[in-house]
Amino acid sequence: MNQLDRLEAQSVYILREAYREFKQLVMLWSIGKDSTVLLWLARKAFLGHVPFPLMHIDTSYKIPEMIAYRDRLAMEWKLNLIVGQNEQALAAEATFPHGRLTRVACCSALKSEALKHTLSGEWPRRVLNHETGQFETTAGEPFTGVIVGVRADEEGSRSKERYFSPRDRHSDWDVANQPPELWNQFKTDFAPGTHVRVHPLLDWTELNIWEYIERESIPIIDLYFDRGDGRRYRSLGCAPCTGMVESTASSVAEIVEELRSGKFSHVAERSGRAQDKEDGHGLETLRREGYM
Amino acid sequence: MPATHNQTLQTPAAPRPTPSREQMDIVVIGHVDHGKSTLVGRLLADTHSLPEGKLEQVRENCRRTAKPFEYAFLLDALKDEQAQGITIDSARCFFRTARREYIIIDAPGHIEFLRNMISGAARAEAGLLVIDVAEGVQENSRRHGYLMSMLGVRQVAVCVNKMDLADYRQDAFDAVRTEYADFLARIGLEPLAFIPISAREGDNVAQPSTRMRWYDGPTVLSQLDLLEKEPTPLDKPLRLPVQDVYKFTEQGDDRRIIAGRIVTGQVCQGDEVLFLPSGKRSRVKRIEGFPDSTGPVARAGQSTALTLETQVYVKPGELMVRADEPPPQASTSLRANLFWLSPNAMVMGKRYKLKLHASRSAAYLTAVHMVIDASDLTTATNRQQVERHDVAQVTLETLKPIACDGAAEFPQTGRFVIIDDYEIAGGGVILEAQASQASLLAEHVRQREQAWVRSTLTPTQRARRHGQRPALIVITGPQDRQSETLARAIEQYLHNCGRLAYFLGLSNQLLGLDSELKVLGGREEFLRRLGETAHLFTDAGMIVITSIADLDDFELEVLEVLNQPSDLLVVTVGPSQLTRRGPDLAIETVDLQALQVLHGLLQERHYVADYQI
Repeated sequence: MNQLDRLEAQSVYILREAYREFKQLVMLWSIGKDSTVLLWLARKAFLGHVPFPLMHIDTSYKIPEMIAYRDRLAMEWKLNLIVGQNEQALAAEATFPHGRLTRVACCSALKSEALKHTLSGEWPRRVLNHETGQFETTAGEPFTGVIVGVRADEEGSRSKERYFSPRDRHSDWDVANQPPELWNQFKTDFAPGTHVRVHPLLDWTELNIWEYIERESIPIIDLYFDRGDGRRYRSLGCAPCTGMVESTASSVAEIVEELRSGKFSHVAERSGRAQDKEDGHGLETLRREGYM
Repeated sequence: MPATHNQTLQTPAAPRPTPSREQMDIVVIGHVDHGKSTLVGRLLADTHSLPEGKLEQVRENCRRTAKPFEYAFLLDALKDEQAQGITIDSARCFFRTARREYIIIDAPGHIEFLRNMISGAARAEAGLLVIDVAEGVQENSRRHGYLMSMLGVRQVAVCVNKMDLADYRQDAFDAVRTEYADFLARIGLEPLAFIPISAREGDNVAQPSTRMRWYDGPTVLSQLDLLEKEPTPLDKPLRLPVQDVYKFTEQGDDRRIIAGRIVTGQVCQGDEVLFLPSGKRSRVKRIEGFPDSTGPVARAGQSTALTLETQVYVKPGELMVRADEPPPQASTSLRANLFWLSPNAMVMGKRYKLKLHASRSAAYLTAVHMVIDASDLTTATNRQQVERHDVAQVTLETLKPIACDGAAEFPQTGRFVIIDDYEIAGGGVILEAQASQASLLAEHVRQREQAWVRSTLTPTQRARRHGQRPALIVITGPQDRQSETLARAIEQYLHNCGRLAYFLGLSNQLLGLDSELKVLGGREEFLRRLGETAHLFTDAGMIVITSIADLDDFELEVLEVLNQPSDLLVVTVGPSQLTRRGPDLAIETVDLQALQVLHGLLQERHYVADYQI
C-alpha cells in the first residue's frame, strides 16, 4: 500500500467507527478542499452514500462562489445539508467587517458560537429540501458526534489532536487532559451532554490532500486555481480575512507540483489567514472554545 | 462532472501516476527534560522541513518574552507547554527524506502524561528513546522502554543526548549505553543503535558530529532511513474484524454489506468464509467499493466492504476468517498483560467494557497473577487490584465468547482496551485465550443460590397451589413485532386459563438502537438483567414470557444459566438465529391455533395441569 492508500484506509476506518458509535452524527463541510475530500471519503466508506447530514456554518461573509458550489454539489450528490448561522450577531452588525470586533472575536461569534448552538439544536437549522431546492428552517436533536476535517500539519494546536476528541457541554476542549487513544481504539463512550469531535484527516498533509484530489478526480471549487490574474486561494474562509496567494497554478497537477517542489513547498498553508496573526496563540484560544 | 472542474479540464496535465511513497510513524520517548522535543525540533530545522518564517517567528516570540530560544518551542505549541517548558501532549510532525515520508510523534516524558505517551507510541512503527547523558537512565527511560515493547514497537534506537554537557566524552556515553542496554536485554529488546547526540547543538542529528570523532555510527537522520518497514502481513491467515453491517435500503440500495479493515491476510471473491464466534458460514460474492469494486481481492491494511452469497445474519464484532485457514480462538477467559492508566484502580467484581478489534463486551477482572513495576522490573504477586501506571498479568472474563488470537502472532486481534466510566482506562495484550473452567455466570449463579435466603415454602408447595410449574418462555424471531405479539397473546391466554403468567416486556424498547442502555453495557447487560429478573419471577412460581428479537445461541445460554433452577422454553416465530439448540416449538404465524399448540405443549410437559379451573 502506498501512502495515499494507507491514509485513505485509516480515514475510512475512522468514519465507519464514528457511524457505528454515534447515532446523532454530523459532518462539518466548509466547502474547502479538506472537507470536500472528507465528503469523498465518506462516499467511499459507505459505498456511495452519505448516511449522515452535513453542516455548513455560514458566516454570510463566505466568498459567494462557495455558496453556489455548496448548493449545487448538495443537490447532485443528494446530500442532507444543514446550514447554521449566528443571526443575532449579523442582525446587530457585531462583526469584524463592521468594525465592532477584532478578527479573532468575529471568528468566535460567527463560527464558534454558531457552530456550538447549531450543533446543540438551540438555534434554528436550515435544511435543504431536495424537491424544491430551497432551505427550510427546522429544529433538531443535539449532535453527539461531529466529524471535522482538520489536519495536524495546519498549526500547532491541531498537531496535538486525537482522532476522537471529547468536548464538554460548552464545546470546550481540555487539551491537557485528552483521552488515551491506542491501537485504533478511540473514545466512543461519552457522558450525556458531551460530544465528540472526530478527525479522520489528522494524518494528511496539504500535499496529500491535493495528490488525492488528483488521483480520485474529486470535483473541487475553482477558487483554488488561478483564473487568469496570477492569483489563487490556497485556503478558503471568509472574504474579508482570507488573502489570495501569488500563483499561476491553474490545475490540480500544477498545485501538487507547487506544493511538492515549487514555491509553496516551505510556506505554511494558513499564511493567508489574518486571524491567526492577531495573537501568537489565536487559533489555540479559538479551538479551546469550540472552533474547528 | 460539475462545472467547477472545468478549470482542471481546460489545462489537462499529462496523466501521471501518484508517486508511490512510503510513510513511517516514529515515536520519540524518554524521561521528562531529556530533550525529546528539542531533538524533533532540531531534526525539522536541520532538514529544512519547517515552513518558511517559522523558526524566525519562534525566535522573535522568545525575544519579545525575554526567554532563551529553544528548538522545543517549535513543537510545544500550546501556551501551557511553553509556560511550563514541558510537552503536555504528543504532537505529530511531518518531514520527508529521500527515502520516505515520516510522521514523528513527540511524546511527553512526564509521568502525569503517560496516557499521551502511550497514545503516541501505540501507533508508531519505530521508536527513538532519548536519555540525558548527565542525568543518566531514569525511571521513565525504563518505563517507556518497557511500555513501548509491550505496545508492539520492536525497532528502537537510543539517543544519548546533551553530549555537549559531558564535553562529548566517550566514557560518559559508554556508561549510559552499558546500563540501558542491560535493561533492554532484560525485557528482550535489542536496540538498533546507541547514538551520542547533542540535540541543542545539532551533533549527530542531521549532520555527523565533528566533536565526537570516536563515534562512527549513524546520525539520527541516517538511522531513521536505515529502519525497515514491517511487511504488510499478507501471508498470515485472514482476520477481518466486522466493523459494521450496512443496508442502505432507504437510498435504494439493497446490498447487505459487511464492512471492516483487514488486519492480516487476504480474501478473494468466491472464498468460503467463517464468522466467529457465531460459526456462521458463507462465500464472498463480491468485493465492493466506490465508485467501483476495488477488484477481486482485498488485502491486509485495506478498509474493505463485501457482500456474501447467502444471507447470513452477522453482527459487528465478529471475526471473519477463511474456512481453509487456521481459525482464531473463541473464549470467555483471557490471560493478558495489561497496563492501567486510570486514577481509579482496576478491581474485581466490577463490570468493564472490553474493546478488542471490532468487538465490545462486558468483562470482569477475575485474577491478578502478578504486578510489574515497569520502572524497575520488580514484581509483586499478592495484589488484588491494578493501580494506575501498573503493568499486570491478569485473567479477564467475558460473559459471551469473543474471537481473538494471541498478540505474539496476531498483534491486531490480540490486543484490547478497557473502558471504565466512558474512558479508555487501560490496554493489554493477550497471552492466551484460556479454556474457561466454570464460566463466570455459572459461578455467579452458584454463589447466588448459596447466598439466597429461601422462604420456608418449597417449589413443590407453590406448584401445587398454583397448578403450574414455573418456566421462562423465550420467544424469538426477526426484528418485526411478531414475537412480541405472540408473547402478549400467550400471557392473555394463560391468564384466561387461570394461570399465573407474566409478560416481561422490556426488551423491544430497551434494545432499540437509540437506547440509553447502549451506553450502560448494551444488549449483553440487558440480557443479564432480564435473566436475573426472570429468575425472581420463576422462583416465585410464575410462568414468565418474554420476546427478544434475533436471540443467538450465547444469549440463550446466558438466560438459561441465570434462570436456573427453573426451566427455559424456546419458541421461534419465523427464521431464528439459533443454531445449536432446536426450539421447543417453532411456529410460522401468530394465530389462535399457535396459542393452542403452545398451551398443549405446556400441558404435555406438565408446566400447567391438563385441566382447566
